[in-house]
Amino acid sequence: MSFAVNLPLFSIVACLICSVVSSVLPGRWAKWLSRLLALAVAACAALVLGRGILTGQTTVYLMGHYPHPWGNELRFGILEPLFAGAFSIVLLLCLTGGSHELERDIATERQNLYYVMADLVLAALLSLCYTNDVFTGYVFIEICTIASCGLLMIRRIGRTTLAATRYMIFSLVGSGLFLLGVILLYAQTGHLLFPNLREAVSALWETGAYRFSLLTAVGLMTAGLGIKSGLFPFHFWMPDTYGYATPASAGILSGLISKGYLFLLLKLVCNVFGTEVFYGGALGDLIFVLGMAGMILGSVSAMAEKDVFRMLAFSSAAQIGYVYLGLGISPKLGIAAALFQILTHALTKPALFLSAARLSEAAKEGRSLSALQGSARADRPAGLLFAVGALSMIGVPGTMGFLAKYSFAQAALAEQWKLLPAILALAVSTLLNTCYFGRAILQLYAKPEQPTAFAPERRGRGSFLSATGLLCAANLALGLQAQPLLGLLERGLALMQ
Amino acid sequence: MKKTSLFDRLRQWDAESFDLTDALRADQMPTERPGSRVWNPEAPVEPLARRREKRFFRLYPILAALLLTVFVALLLTAAFGLPAFGAEDAPAHNEVMQRYLAQGLTETGAVNAVAGVILDYRAFDTLGESHVLFAAVAAVMILLLGTAGEPSAERSPLSEARDPVLTFTACVLVPIILLFGVYVILNGHLGPGGGFSGGAILGGGLILFVVGRGFAPLERWLSLRVFRAVTLLGLCFYSLAKCYSFYCGANHLETIFSTGTPGDILSAGLILPLNLAVGVVVTCTMYGFYSMFRRGRI
Repeated sequence: MSFAVNLPLFSIVACLICSVVSSVLPGRWAKWLSRLLALAVAACAALVLGRGILTGQTTVYLMGHYPHPWGNELRFGILEPLFAGAFSIVLLLCLTGGSHELERDIATERQNLYYVMADLVLAALLSLCYTNDVFTGYVFIEICTIASCGLLMIRRIGRTTLAATRYMIFSLVGSGLFLLGVILLYAQTGHLLFPNLREAVSALWETGAYRFSLLTAVGLMTAGLGIKSGLFPFHFWMPDTYGYATPASAGILSGLISKGYLFLLLKLVCNVFGTEVFYGGALGDLIFVLGMAGMILGSVSAMAEKDVFRMLAFSSAAQIGYVYLGLGISPKLGIAAALFQILTHALTKPALFLSAARLSEAAKEGRSLSALQGSARADRPAGLLFAVGALSMIGVPGTMGFLAKYSFAQAALAEQWKLLPAILALAVSTLLNTCYFGRAILQLYAKPEQPTAFAPERRGRGSFLSATGLLCAANLALGLQAQPLLGLLERGLALMQ
Repeated sequence: MKKTSLFDRLRQWDAESFDLTDALRADQMPTERPGSRVWNPEAPVEPLARRREKRFFRLYPILAALLLTVFVALLLTAAFGLPAFGAEDAPAHNEVMQRYLAQGLTETGAVNAVAGVILDYRAFDTLGESHVLFAAVAAVMILLLGTAGEPSAERSPLSEARDPVLTFTACVLVPIILLFGVYVILNGHLGPGGGFSGGAILGGGLILFVVGRGFAPLERWLSLRVFRAVTLLGLCFYSLAKCYSFYCGANHLETIFSTGTPGDILSAGLILPLNLAVGVVVTCTMYGFYSMFRRGRI
């Protein structure tokens, strides 16, 4: 079991090597290499997680011969391998479930480049989960940014190029702000590794030295990650980015990449800024308000959309708002709820994008809800999977979405002035979710005007059904029996703080 | 306009005959009053998008200037609140820097402390950084590969009319530049330099050569196959070597690489081979960018 401490290092290096090797392989080989890699990485993460649960402590892993504050380090307890494993499994399911559309959307000679990018994304997500060093975090944020642009623009329709440009601008502004924050923080503390930064930051906070610069640094890093993950009012890159990417990319971008940034932010709040700086400096309250605004306005925009993919994208803006709401509510219960919401959304949104793509294919590439009217009757399994995802987004009991909203409400109950706005925002957002997802389900199942107009696609059906079915099954299983997962999150959070 | 109740609107919205986005845009629709203007089919029609763009640009510079002023003020205040640059008691002058400078030579064997930091103390960051370059080349290939693959794209005016002065200068300068690049890479652990700067010089040299002499002479030995093989070998060697050294470090084992005698060309353990790997990767990246943007392939 003690060998398991090496597995995070090996999985990150394996991802980097596989991405480089994929660049010289033919597309089909690269595809299988990528799937195998994601599976192996998930297995490694499971072993590390098992070790974390058994020993009940965090491990600091030296990347080289020098401990902090001199050398790079990884750090993992329970949450890090849990999220790394979940991310790699969802990545695998996205690649599998969207494989037919990948072949349709990407020219043969560029197929392998897609998997180069997917492996790089996995490497970056793992590093964001495991890192114990802010600058390592920045480096892998860069990899994530470039790779996500690649995943987006590899489908060469004009709108993806436009969307990639816009996404890149937003994303680079985010990276730039994060880097500025790191520089400011370094100038005040002289450290880059989490444990030393934590000590130095709390010492600075107590003495009151560099108060404004410290808050600016914390604010810049939060804003950078916020822009990159789509915090309101910086969510305007989302509809085009998620709406026009090939479905597997839409799943990866919405379900995983923004979650990687969010997980890093939660880690920074717990391990670097410390709750007293983050919540004492009114940043927590600002995040709380922006999260609520995102929850409601994202849903309003989603209501106004006719295009089902763009609707799903705006709904992502709302769901990211929930995570920020949790982060803003309180350091313990709120962050635990935010972590649960991250997992919920990572499982649900890819399933929705993949099944919507299937339905759209059945409806001759129609994208608007009216063009998709009745398509769920033509492609029953895809319709069912979409409905399960949509119900989870609404928060119907028995799904993870319900538990996520429930835990947000529970976290808010322990607060004073945040209680009423949080509950109200949850209620309004749920109502709006019900409106547009309910409308989508009704439209999809409505009797079509010309019943013969649909041609459900047969190719790639098996992989779609198995992958998306697994996502939805996991959603329902964890929604019905969430106690073990919630317990793990609580233990992990206690270890991290 | 007839007033509609909220319920009616909801029903319309459900049937998609009422579009919320259209309703929001309603004020931007052209306001044509009958009889106020003579309809002229020849008159240039301003598309809606163009008009919206114009409106946008009326407000945009003002808002952007306001936002940036606030941001600049914020950053300046934060920066002036920091310890003075180079101050003796600045927090950055702590045990971290002291160990890098005092023990860097014995621990890493590199005379150049920067090389010791980026390739030994904080090597994981650099490992990530070199994959950033790889990711950038792959992303550019995704964007451009096959878009300008036709032979006509290569006969751009730039490559046809070659300036004799340029050609001559390139022939004279390129060998010197390449030699200097190799020197900077090999000297990385002994003095200022290293894989990133040396690779940039080599890449610049190759680009100058291509500008002067065209792609054809270079292609004889730097084809796509070579390009891929070099990148693959460089990055895989880097990852595997560093993985080994991280593994040894974390498990408190000795590595097989010795630091040697500081100052020798063959010293500083892994730093020299890593510099070579980074150097070839950076060279390939620079040349790859140029080639991709110039003709859509490598």
